[in-house]
Amino acid sequence: MLTRRDTLAIGLGVSAVAMLPVTASATPVDDAIAAFTGGADMADSGVTITAPEIAENGNTVPITIEAEGASEIMIIATGNPTPGVGRFMFGEASGSSLIATRMRLGRTQDVMAIAKLADGSYASTQVEVKVTIGGCGG
Amino acid sequence: MTEVRPRIRLPRRASAGDSIVVKTLINHTMESGQRRNSAGENIPRQIINRFTCEFNGVMVIDAALEPAISANPYMEFEALVDQSGDFVFNWYDDNGETYTATETFEVS
Repeated sequence: MLTRRDTLAIGLGVSAVAMLPVTASATPVDDAIAAFTGGADMADSGVTITAPEIAENGNTVPITIEAEGASEIMIIATGNPTPGVGRFMFGEASGSSLIATRMRLGRTQDVMAIAKLADGSYASTQVEVKVTIGGCGG
Repeated sequence: MTEVRPRIRLPRRASAGDSIVVKTLINHTMESGQRRNSAGENIPRQIINRFTCEFNGVMVIDAALEPAISANPYMEFEALVDQSGDFVFNWYDDNGETYTATETFEVS
């Protein structure tokens, strides 16, 4: 039979377990970054994002990323339900490390781009895009 | 879904060794998996999860795409054309289908 003291102890245990993932693991954004860089340091120059300051329609936000000499670029929408947007690998027949596409943004947020540069180091930058109508559907 | 039809735009002319701008679009809903229908049920995800472009068999770009790419995914990038040849574009659908487009490009 459970005494009042046992119940309290169980309660404490449960809350401790429930809190563990929050403290032990990082946010989805950190996970996405780590999956790309493997936790390496990122320089803050060398990547350029061109995106509108204000996007009226979050369903289709044009974005251009350029990173000279980069072999790979990753785009992360830090405020989306899942932060990943895309990973772009440039092959031997690539003319420049540039990609322009259109993406969905659920709300106003920072959009981040990380580039893997020719020497194997990483660089990143981010811009805030204000979204008037979110693009993740109801 | 209506028939998937890729569209490609290449410049009219370029010299050997030039870097040319390649623009591609394909009509696809890019169903994110986040939306619900009127009955409140989750609409399953169905997106183009990968896009590739090759020129004469050499990779130009290989992209892994997520649901955050807008419907009718648009991709613009640059390709180095060292000689005349064929561009091959592939879009990989979550449902296992691959949509392919080919464009011949002549350098001057």
